Order: sequence, then C-alpha cells, then structure tokens
Amino acid sequence: MTVKQMDTKANESLRFALASGTRPSRPNPVSASITFGWRAMLKIKHVPEQLFDVTMFPIMFVLMFTYLFGGALAGSPREYLQFLAPGILVQTIVMITMYTGMVLNNDIKKGIFDRFRTLPVWRPSFLVGAMLGDVARYSMASLVVLTVALILGFRPDGGVIGVVLGVGLVIVFSFALSWIWTALSMVMRTQESLMYSSFMILFPLTFISNIFVDPETMPSWLQSFVEVNPMSILTTATRGLMAGDANMMDIGMVFLSSIAIVAVFGPLTMYLYNRKQ
Amino acid sequence: MSQHLAIDVTGLVKTFGETRAVAGVDLKVPVGAVYGILGPNGAGKTTTARMLATLLQPDGGEALVMGYDVVKDPDAVRSVVSMTGQFASVDEDLTGIENLVLIARLLGYSWRDARYRGHLLLDAFGLSESADKQVKTYSGGMRRRLDIAASIVITPEVLFLDEPTTGLDPRSRNEVWDIVRALVSAGTTVLLTTQYLDEADQLADRIAVIDHGKVIAEGTPGQLKASVGSGSLKVRLHDPAQRPVAQNLLEQIIGGEVQLESDPAALTSSVLQQHLVPEALGELNRNGIYVTEFSLGQPSLDEVFLTLTGRPAEVESEATEEAA
Repeated sequence: MTVKQMDTKANESLRFALASGTRPSRPNPVSASITFGWRAMLKIKHVPEQLFDVTMFPIMFVLMFTYLFGGALAGSPREYLQFLAPGILVQTIVMITMYTGMVLNNDIKKGIFDRFRTLPVWRPSFLVGAMLGDVARYSMASLVVLTVALILGFRPDGGVIGVVLGVGLVIVFSFALSWIWTALSMVMRTQESLMYSSFMILFPLTFISNIFVDPETMPSWLQSFVEVNPMSILTTATRGLMAGDANMMDIGMVFLSSIAIVAVFGPLTMYLYNRKQ
Repeated sequence: MSQHLAIDVTGLVKTFGETRAVAGVDLKVPVGAVYGILGPNGAGKTTTARMLATLLQPDGGEALVMGYDVVKDPDAVRSVVSMTGQFASVDEDLTGIENLVLIARLLGYSWRDARYRGHLLLDAFGLSESADKQVKTYSGGMRRRLDIAASIVITPEVLFLDEPTTGLDPRSRNEVWDIVRALVSAGTTVLLTTQYLDEADQLADRIAVIDHGKVIAEGTPGQLKASVGSGSLKVRLHDPAQRPVAQNLLEQIIGGEVQLESDPAALTSSVLQQHLVPEALGELNRNGIYVTEFSLGQPSLDEVFLTLTGRPAEVESEATEEAA
C-alpha cells in the first residue's frame, strides 16, 4: 500500500518535471565558458589533492635553487633570489600548464564528454572553461611562489603593481601555451604518453633559458638558442615588470608569441576536437 | 511523410578501418514511439545511435532526426535530442545536484532556475537525499537514474538510450523501465538499444533486430514472435503413465509437434492456431486424463533471434570479448 503510494507520488513528480522542461534560449559563449570554468573550480574543491603539486613543487623549487646555487652564482642566496624569483615563477606556472592537457585527455575518455558534445553550446567553451579553471590554479601557484620568495628576502623594486603585472603576464602566456597541450591531448591515447611528451618539450625549454643563470657564460651556439627561447623572453619581461624597469619590446614579444600560439593551436585543437570519435 | 517520423534513416553506413560496423541500416521511427534496436554486442547498435546523436560522422546514407539532417545540420539535431550513453555520462567528482546544474546552465538556464530544475529532477528520480554527495559514492542504479535525469533537464523530443540497464540489478532495471514509460507518456520518442530481449519486449512498440551492422528483421514484438510460430502449450499430467495417450490426442487436435519433457509427466506442443487449445484440453479431460498444470506461452525473443540468425544471441560471451 505505502509502496504503491510512493510510486504514484514519484511518478507524479516525474511527470511534473517532464512537463516543465521547456527550453530556455541557448547560453552565449561567455556564459557557457564560465559554466565550464565553474566545473573546473568544483573539481578543485572536491579533489583538493590536485593542488598538492601546485603548492609543493614551487616551494621546493624556490628553496632548492636559492640555497643550492645562490652562493655560487650570485655571491649569496639572498642576492640570487632577486634574479631567480621571477624566473622560478615562470617555470612553475609553465610546468602546471601541462595539467590542462592531462585533465582534458582524461575527460575525453569518459562518457561525460559525449554528453557535452550533444549539447547545443559553443563548442570551444568546454576548452575555454577548463582553461579558466587553470587560470585560478596558476594564480594560486603564483601566490605560493611569491609568498615563499618574499619570506626568503625577495624585494622587487617594481612594488605591488609591478609584481601583479608580472604575474598577469605569466598567466596570459601560460593560457596561450596550454592550447598546445589541449591539441596534444586530442592526439595522445593515454595520460602517461601525454605527460612524457609534455615533459620532453617543457624540460629543455625551461632549463635552456635565462631562468636560472645569465646566459653570458654559455657557448655562443647555446646563447643564440636561449635568446630566442620564448621562456627567456617571458622571464626577461617578467623580471623587468617586477623590477620596475620593463622593456616594452619584451612585453610586446610575449603578447605576440601568445597570440601566435593560440592562432595555430586554437584552430588545430578545435579541428581535432570536432573529429574526435 | 517525414514530418511524422522522429527518425528517418536510409542506407546508413559506418566503417572503422576494414570493418563495416554499420552496413546499410534503414530505420523509420514514428513520433512518440519507443523503438528498440536489439542485437548482441558488436552488432552496430551503439554506432548507429552515436551517429544519430551527432557523435559520429556517417560514412554513407542519410539520417534525419525530427526532420534535421545529422550531417548538414548537427546543431539543430542537438537541440532536439538527448543521449544517455552506455557508460554513465555524469561527472563522478561532482555531486548529483552539481551535475544537473552544470547541464542546466549549459542549456541556457540561469543559475537560480538551474538549481530549481536540478532539485526538481532529483526529487522526481528519488535522489534528493544524495543531492550533495559526490557521484562516485552512488550505486549503479542511482548513477543511471542521475544520468537519465541529466538527459531530460530539457524534455527532449528524441531520447537515445544506449543500453540503459546493462549491469543493473533487477530492481534498478525496473526503475529505469518505469522512467522510460513516463517519458513516453510525456510525448518523447525513445530510441533504445539493448542486448536484453525481454527489455525490448517490455518497452518497445517496434523492434529492429540488428546483426553484423544490418537490420535482419523489423516489426512489433508480436509480429517478430509470430514469424517464429505462435507459441507453445505446456501440459503437466496427474498420471505420467497417460503421457503417450495425451501426446496422441494433442497431435491430432492441435496438429503441432509434441515434445516430451524430461519431467515424465510433462509434454509441450507447438501451437499454430491458439483457438484449438481449449478444445484439446477438453478432449484430454473427456478421455479421463487429468491435467494438473498447463500454460500457453508466446515464443521468447531468444527464439526469435535463434530463428533469424541461426545462432543464439551470445550475449554473455560477446560482452566479455568487448570488455577485454
């Protein structure tokens, strides 16, 4: 008797739910992207472990390089830190961009990707939203790196504004860079292979740069690579902003290379994404 | 004509490398019907459904959903269909309500309306108590219900259900069936793929039996069964010694083949004309043969499949193959 009643009640509410499911107008691209960004934030909230590498690695890097190389390279750790801090910020955030691809690669293999693709929304919003979530992650990591650096004695002459602008520039470039990983994540079958190939690209790029040392002592052939390496350009521009003597040319180059990366890998990602079966 | 068809498919083809997963499928699904695509694993059911839901590009043929071409106008198709895939298409890290709000937002609801709609659906699907729990803590049946709820945030005109009850316990399966029936009564056309013969029998108005990428039979469940024969009469006698006499009588009156069961008191006669059954039972009685049990059964769809393909529906073995 009671079971029957419950059934009828459930059925009624189901019928009501069905009858009231009228279609609102389609969301615009911005609203759809923000919704996907909200999903990324929820994932951080529900799986806070993923923030571990965002917080622990930067702390480790700052401590390790400052005290390991500081004395040898710049006379004292404190002096070296003035040079290293903006660079280590670049390295940390650029490394984290890898996760964009890995998260995406994982999403695609799950049924939810099919659901998203049958919704009549602006298609890139899925990717843009995921990257908006990453921007939150980048900001958090930046905060960690800078806090540790400040505690250890980093004293940027550019002041708060210079530091904030520097972080902003790094995030803009990282947002652009993550499109490379999204494109790769559409091609790679497993998360592992994606991670290895991302490492293969990022490791040389971040180490063969001016992040850790001034390229002056390097052999000339290496110097010429370091000079054109986008990581060096980004690091120089960030250092400039934080020190309060930014070179507009460097900043312009960073924006230019960001635009170039998105112009190539944005459409490529979308092409691969639409063909994904 | 095509306005009355929710799904109109002609000569649909999909090739993966060397294999023709779908090799020229025709389907005509009227608006408001539950249409079952029945076949073993690897027959091409899921591939067909995915093409109709715009998740896969067909290699040949034409497919219209509510009059929209899936290749030329995929966006229009997406605005009238909803798909519940074989694997739960919900985000396991998120809670039940978050999943529904996410989908509702992507369909254009405001945050407030999305939450309202989400709670309404959770209530309707008996999931209110788990609204704030992460989906990874849900049971299989709960997950499947949430999945279907996510598919009907906006009541779709056509709903694709790809093996909705695979892996569910009988109780959850009944719940899903009830949901499908409620959907249909609300006017949604449902395309259901299944490897369970009784599921198609229970839910579908029409069934297409598909094997090796081709439709090998199509019709109402009744028609499919009739193509095999109209059924069988099972009789159990009070006295096993009378079985030979009973066998003779049944053969004479019903005119079908009579099989002796391993139970010494039981026998089964195939029935071509059902109106002869009462007469046969009466004749047994008049001859002093007492019947303790009898039943008149329709052939199962298992038998249908066997007759059509010459082999049983190897659901289990093929399912394991595909999973491997």
